Amino acid sequence: MRGTLDLSRPVLFATVALLTVLILLPMGWLLVSSLLDKQGELTFGNFVTLFTDSSFLEPLETTLIISVSVAAICCAVAAPMGWLVARTDMPMRRTVRTLMMATLVTPPFVGAIAWEMLAAPNSGLLNQLWRLLTGAGADQSLFDIYTLPSLIFVIACYTLPYVFILVANSLDRMPGELEDASSMLGGSAWQTARRITVPLALPVLLAGALVAFLQALNLFGSPAILAIPAGFHTLTTKIWSLFQFPPKAELAAAASLPLLLLTILLLRAQSMVLGRRSYAVLGGKYGEPRLVRLGVLRMPALLLCLFVLAMPFFLPYLALFNSAFSRVASRIVSAETITLHNFRFTFVELSSTLPALWNTFLLATLTATIGALLALVIAYIVARKAMVGHRVLAFLATAPLAIPGIVLGVGLFIAYTRPPLQLYGTLWILLIAFVTIELPAAYQQLGSAFHAVHPELEEAGRMLGASRLRTLADITAPLLRTAVAATWCFVFVAVLRELSAAVILFTSETKVLSVLIFDLKESGDVGAIAVLSLVMIAITTVVVALANWLGGGGGRGLVRS
Amino acid sequence: MTMRRRTLLQATALIPFGARVVSAAPPAEAVTPALIEAAKKEGKVSYYTAMDLSVAEPLAKTFEAKYPGIKVRVERTGAERLFQRVAQEYASRISMVDVINSSDASHFLPWKRQGWLAAFVSEDVARNVPADQVDPDGMYCNQRTHLSAIAYNTKLIAPADAPKGFADLLDPKYLGKMVKGHPGYSGTIMTATHQLARALGWGYFEKLAKQKILQVQSATEPPKKIEAGERAIAVDGSDYLFWMAKERGSPIEVVHAVEGTPQISNPMAVFKGAPNPNAARLLHAWIMSGEGQEFIVNLSGQYAAHRGVKPKPGRPLLADIKTFREDAAEVEKQADDIKTRYARYFKV
Repeated sequence: MRGTLDLSRPVLFATVALLTVLILLPMGWLLVSSLLDKQGELTFGNFVTLFTDSSFLEPLETTLIISVSVAAICCAVAAPMGWLVARTDMPMRRTVRTLMMATLVTPPFVGAIAWEMLAAPNSGLLNQLWRLLTGAGADQSLFDIYTLPSLIFVIACYTLPYVFILVANSLDRMPGELEDASSMLGGSAWQTARRITVPLALPVLLAGALVAFLQALNLFGSPAILAIPAGFHTLTTKIWSLFQFPPKAELAAAASLPLLLLTILLLRAQSMVLGRRSYAVLGGKYGEPRLVRLGVLRMPALLLCLFVLAMPFFLPYLALFNSAFSRVASRIVSAETITLHNFRFTFVELSSTLPALWNTFLLATLTATIGALLALVIAYIVARKAMVGHRVLAFLATAPLAIPGIVLGVGLFIAYTRPPLQLYGTLWILLIAFVTIELPAAYQQLGSAFHAVHPELEEAGRMLGASRLRTLADITAPLLRTAVAATWCFVFVAVLRELSAAVILFTSETKVLSVLIFDLKESGDVGAIAVLSLVMIAITTVVVALANWLGGGGGRGLVRS
Repeated sequence: MTMRRRTLLQATALIPFGARVVSAAPPAEAVTPALIEAAKKEGKVSYYTAMDLSVAEPLAKTFEAKYPGIKVRVERTGAERLFQRVAQEYASRISMVDVINSSDASHFLPWKRQGWLAAFVSEDVARNVPADQVDPDGMYCNQRTHLSAIAYNTKLIAPADAPKGFADLLDPKYLGKMVKGHPGYSGTIMTATHQLARALGWGYFEKLAKQKILQVQSATEPPKKIEAGERAIAVDGSDYLFWMAKERGSPIEVVHAVEGTPQISNPMAVFKGAPNPNAARLLHAWIMSGEGQEFIVNLSGQYAAHRGVKPKPGRPLLADIKTFREDAAEVEKQADDIKTRYARYFKV
């Protein structure tokens, strides 16, 4: 095909340039401003404050306690659950898996608000129920949501799905032969699990722990909802509080650097752990793994899974539905008290509702489309080593993981409030923020999908004279259709939930749903919050179902990402 | 409860509008058909306010019904966050705010100094709002006044056990039973904190912080928390919301503290860089008109700035309540110090 213009190079270079600007600009600003004082002079004062002032050291310590605990809890729960779902004959295991996926739809801050409705010491529904059942006094409570352990619990609830999916998927893909061999040699089911399955799954579990750790480390919404009433800060809420007037962006930049360094180190560790693992995936060379028979334990196992699912799923939704139809969130809705007041307030009175819904929908669609395409190109370049410097590209695409959303928000704010790109106040700055934030997840998903497709087919295409771009479009992309659709969904859902960067970058004209909910939380309008959360979750569910159907995965798209 | 009469105070130092020196206020502007026409052409107006949505949104809807074709976007958050949002808009040279209405009167001082406000005096403001509630240069005027009151849930605390004032709140029997707003987010609480610290000293807050207080942000949230029964007592909060909850049957009682109750004016202004300057003036003029003021009073029972509007029946008169004096200039000077001290005692 000589004579036709090969656009591969320009496209590749454009991607690199775009990525460099997207990521280096805010990060550069972050680094520079952490070394400046209010007058713009060079100083290490910000770091001195950071490591001597107890109002920074305490949040740092709290954050580490939270992250380690969340990682431990998630692994302890996700590992057995993932195994039950992927490798046993537990009833309803597909449903359990789907419901676990569905919890991903719940933004962590909405989950935190729902848990506040459930477990606030006096008005919490669970505490009221407990007092009713035990006759305990009005001052006594079973749970207190405004404590550090409760915050850890709530964060773990909404981090669990990530670890669970990682574990369950890798157990799906793990060849069954070794297990078969073990059982043929007379090993019992439990021996096989212990000697073969667990060691094989260990690297994934470690990776899961790191994912959970990072999630908890950089989370803003849940601590903002629960830690402030409880009277403590995490590092992210502390950073956010630095943007109260007068904003101390330099100090915030400095405070975010430890997060940045820690995250980079952990990501390195993760890639080392996962790098040694090598499973061939597509190809059908291995048989389906044989399912372990649970026997009498089938029902108890299911009940255990449903119990776990009650924490991030059933209970919070009950609470949300209850307060959506109730005038006061702490009262259980009955036939006499049921009211549509909150719906009327949200959709008729609240003037921000419809604009926020539209902004969110627009941004989620655009970000998902741009993000998935960008990730596809990058994943291709990196997986096929198509360019010199592809390692740098891989680093750049994963780097945003290391930046807490709120800090990226600040970097973007500084970068795009000055010429030549004055984007603050427009939806563009939110689009840039969202694409940057969601890129790592999209890239990692598509990257691992590329690993599953053998390059032989592409090589054939290239040998027959097709350009790289042509090969990508005609051969690789169709093979990855399900993965791309799943990635699109992931990004769409993630944008709906994104709060931490949006909370810095929005203006009254460019408000999104998550920020609207956050504002409503500040004034304590829980009824409207419940309505908006349910709407948000309904939209997400429809979109995910639609995209799965388009992707042809019949529900497998998200699960098999 | 006969407290000292209000009239005297009202004349001297009700509101932070400074001494009247030489008035540079522009002549009063009437709502002309031309203004309405120009406002309708703009078709929208943004109203930044710290007032609770349950009042602000119906207020906006009533305006929309009166002037069809003009959409009001209510941007509600705590006054301190509004201040930050406006600063952020102006620092980046985008301007989205048309009309602002803050519960921290001190914010209007720097806004005015920086030349961000547009002088606008509607006929009602000129004729019916007491001069001490109007900026001499006509840059802003008080829209309404409310209090930051103590309140409690009568299902959780018997009236005999209820606190009578701020000193009572330090009683160990209230440990873990109180909820409170935050001066870093709420203008009502910022203003109230200044008045309380001036009257009782910071030592009071240091002791109060040891009472295991549930810390929320906006002054609009404590009323909702005690209505839900999450805490028995609200240390502070917008009084009109306590009353509104009580009036719809919730078990809530308002306490006017023996020491005095913090008083909060809520000035309103049109921004010079308003993207919808005509709609902004129309909205401002309507809210300050007898009709707009009556709407606020009838719905929420706050104290109108407009002389001609009668207080809501069943509510105590402002003149009968012992209140603290508001001092916006001092709040402006001390705002950073207040936030820092507060964060030190309450840890957030």
